[in-house]
Amino acid sequence: MGIKMSFDMFMQHFINAVGLGSLYGLIAIGYTMVYGILRLINFAHGDIFMLGAYFVFFATVSYKLPWAFGVLAAIAGATLCGLLVDRIAYRPLRNAPRISALISAIGVSFFIENLSVVVFSGMPRPVVQPPLLMKAFSIGGVRLVPLALLVPAISFALAAGLLWLIYRTRSGLAMRSISHDIETTRLMGVSVDRIIALTFALGSALAAVAGIMWALRYPRVEPFMGIIPGFKAFIAAVFGGIGSIPGAMLGGLSLGFVEIMSIAFFPKLSGYRDAFAFILLILILLVKPTGLMGEKLEDKI
Amino acid sequence: MRKLLPALLICLLAAGGAFAADDVVKIGFFNCLTGQNAFGGQLELEGAQLALSEIPEVLGKKIELVVVDNKSDKTEAANAVARLIERDKVNAVIGTYGSALAMAGGEVAEAAKIPVMGTSCTNPLVTQNKRYYFRACFIDPFQGSGAAAYAYKTLNFKKAALLVDVANDYSVGLGSFFKQSFEKLGGEIVSEMKYNSGDQDFTAQLTEIISKNPDIVFLPAYFAEGAIVLKQAKELGATFRFMGGDAMDNPEIVTLGGDAVEGFLHTTFAYDPSMKDMNPVAQKFTENWKAKYPDKEPNVNAALGYDAFILVIDAIKRAGSAEPEKIRDALEATKDVPTVTGLTTLNETHDAEKELGIVEIRDGKKQFIGTITP
Amino acid sequence: MSGPDAIGEGNNKTRDAVLTAVAAVVFAAALWLASSNLDGYKLRIINLIAINAILGLSLNLIYGMTGMFSLGHAGFMAIGAYVSALLILSPEQKTTMWILEPIAPWLLNVRAPFVVSLAAAGLAAAFFGWLVALPVLRLGGDYLGIATLGFSEIIRILITNLTPITNGSLGLKGIPAHTDIRMSYGCLAVVLFCMVRLMRSNFGNVLRAVRDDEIAARTMGIDTFRTRVLAFTLGCFGGGLGGALMGNLITTIDPKMFMITQTYSLLMIVVVGGLGSITGSIVGAVVVTTMLEWLRFVENPVTIGGVNIPGIPGMRMVIFSLLLIVVIIFRREGIMGMREFSWSRLFRGGSGGGGRR
Repeated sequence: MGIKMSFDMFMQHFINAVGLGSLYGLIAIGYTMVYGILRLINFAHGDIFMLGAYFVFFATVSYKLPWAFGVLAAIAGATLCGLLVDRIAYRPLRNAPRISALISAIGVSFFIENLSVVVFSGMPRPVVQPPLLMKAFSIGGVRLVPLALLVPAISFALAAGLLWLIYRTRSGLAMRSISHDIETTRLMGVSVDRIIALTFALGSALAAVAGIMWALRYPRVEPFMGIIPGFKAFIAAVFGGIGSIPGAMLGGLSLGFVEIMSIAFFPKLSGYRDAFAFILLILILLVKPTGLMGEKLEDKI
Repeated sequence: MRKLLPALLICLLAAGGAFAADDVVKIGFFNCLTGQNAFGGQLELEGAQLALSEIPEVLGKKIELVVVDNKSDKTEAANAVARLIERDKVNAVIGTYGSALAMAGGEVAEAAKIPVMGTSCTNPLVTQNKRYYFRACFIDPFQGSGAAAYAYKTLNFKKAALLVDVANDYSVGLGSFFKQSFEKLGGEIVSEMKYNSGDQDFTAQLTEIISKNPDIVFLPAYFAEGAIVLKQAKELGATFRFMGGDAMDNPEIVTLGGDAVEGFLHTTFAYDPSMKDMNPVAQKFTENWKAKYPDKEPNVNAALGYDAFILVIDAIKRAGSAEPEKIRDALEATKDVPTVTGLTTLNETHDAEKELGIVEIRDGKKQFIGTITP
Repeated sequence: MSGPDAIGEGNNKTRDAVLTAVAAVVFAAALWLASSNLDGYKLRIINLIAINAILGLSLNLIYGMTGMFSLGHAGFMAIGAYVSALLILSPEQKTTMWILEPIAPWLLNVRAPFVVSLAAAGLAAAFFGWLVALPVLRLGGDYLGIATLGFSEIIRILITNLTPITNGSLGLKGIPAHTDIRMSYGCLAVVLFCMVRLMRSNFGNVLRAVRDDEIAARTMGIDTFRTRVLAFTLGCFGGGLGGALMGNLITTIDPKMFMITQTYSLLMIVVVGGLGSITGSIVGAVVVTTMLEWLRFVENPVTIGGVNIPGIPGMRMVIFSLLLIVVIIFRREGIMGMREFSWSRLFRGGSGGGGRR
């Protein structure tokens, strides 16, 4: 293409891509966990993400709570919502055909979005960024704010923590066991509903963290803000191999890179940004249907 | 005396419960009260309601404003207009924010031969080949060339970049008209970047634009997206100026964008509460607005909602009848009607000819810089 | 609850044929009455029901009958709507409408009558469906859903960006309002007839076999891949047809009309009606379309005894989604389940429930 790009500019794009990609990855983890266990695309995940962002907005802007409290309250609130969604809309459908749960998920997603319009109003609201996180500095020719480094750092730390939980604790063992065979796990005396609830709680908490960081990075909240990030994160989860947590992170980062670098290298085609992501998704599905790091999931017939 | 008698009659009839349709003039109002464009539609509704409270009757008949939400959705917009015309039997319709919605509603009104007064639908296609669609606003080619002239001549900027929402008809249209005029004046467009409605990450596009080092970036966005673009540009260390269109005109832009919107310029209609030499209609509008909605700043959307109402009523008065066909004919002859956004004349394509205003954000406040007539 | 169909079958067949004919005539007469008496707003909804029924049936063919989870219907609708509109619009309309970039010269003078444009819309959507199907239908289950969703989005992005052909995000306007009751219900009748014949034919059995047990179907010598491609392509034809009718009803189209939410609402029609049931899709279209309109009242301000209760904007979708969740949880097989309406069931007065025809 004959595009000359300075090293500094490439690094700037690189940083942008890592920032965006790690957020996609963090949201994707929630999709991947639920899908891995229930084979359910949890469409409401993007809306839990949105609620997390809103709760922080209310805690810090409307109730003037300190940031640390606001963040904790938002995580708790979003986790509770995630649990409620599972309890009310998914648990009654555990033994139903998969499409029923899927439609229920779409219904819940619509419900949360529209209820948010009624309750919060459709007006976008500003989020206050702590000035400390926004103090710009330069390394070489690359401009950074501390937040741009903090976001990937927190995302990776959380993903690592989650991996530890899944591979080193009894609950994690139970989760992995359910994802292989839910009935056998039940027979082994594991409280399946509790473990599934735990999965939803963890996924929702991570979505809330992602929502908070998203609201800091792109400082405004509105009821439909979860749709597109949720959608992208879902692609990321599939791309990385659904069911795999490192895969979700890798998928998120890949998607971030595809989106940013497609513009960096083909600026004329910036209108097609999302198409690149989808083409890549379809290609990977055709070449390796289980995604980059996915294991073979037997279709439950 | 002449007004009193019909009014009395109306009261009597109303008390009897037999409300003949002839005794009220029904003005339909369809706009985005929910959905993605609700911020604009809501203000326009409040503007129209303010006008209604000042002018409650015309030709001795009570005016009724029938409000229907189009939910920022085209199908709903067509339904809404059909409903106003078929069920509520309105004499004329006002609306809407969003050109695509206006076009969908316009087709229905055109078929039913009911005149419509557009509020802030600025795309040229809205009134194109339409006998019954008018609008209280100017159109995007006018706005785009005005913005280009201001950037090139007044500010002396020679290199411009564009950042356009490719999925938004307003943004694409205005961006393209700016580009045409700017290049015609002799300026250079150094970069043309696109994004999609709903995108929240603009870092890649902005990094690319920064590397091309323009003097000014034209950003025909809606204010909620625009404010986020400005924030990210500041974060990335952009030093150039930004300029937008009338959709950036919302009091919330300063709250959303914080200090990142400082120095931001946008074209708009010739009204802003910060204006120094307001015309009498604008003065009255501002005062009454503050009395009616004390905790809300008026903006151009509010003003256009108000103006659209005034223009329709003016036409009814001149026609001496609330018959749709006669209103239409009178609207076509609208000339120099004093409105909030200046003297309004509707030209042969049914678009308002009025001055273009320039607003700059200084010290965290919108400052009305002045008007230009390109 | 099946079984007694064999008793006196010959007798019943003639009776059913007569009843169906009578019902069709009565229904047509009712529509004719409606089209001359009802106002435009109500007619618009009646039209919308027929279009949604066509779209629901076509999606049901793909998902309900053949078991392919497709989330791409909005994309195929978009293709149909654009092909039809581009064929109907006059060259003068086209020149004035493309205000940003001139229209592609080869497109300017292409014109066809409405009915031809409908067929072209269906064929174009079917062709793209076939193209998509060849690689993608090798995937199974949810992966297929994701891939088709991806294609639908790619189609939308292409339409948004290819301004010389599609006029980009400005969309097309001034499409003549060709979709009237006669047209939409005529199309529905044709689609319905084809669907019923198809599902009663051997091919219908093959489709069900592929859906219920692909491995068994393969052992019996069915080329399952070809069967799925064929069913998918046929379904896409219906999607394109429905999209074209929709465009001619609303008279303006733009890429934003064909987002994923459009596919979701079709999915709702199919699932609420009953997956795999032809009657179900029609019942679903009636219920979902009218429900969405009827629920508007919750957003309108009401005055009861002089007290003004302001409408709550957005409440309609809240209630609608809540109802959807309730239906799925408490009656997950939908209104019809997999059953079909039949006269004998109606006479037995048993488990059937009423649908039209």
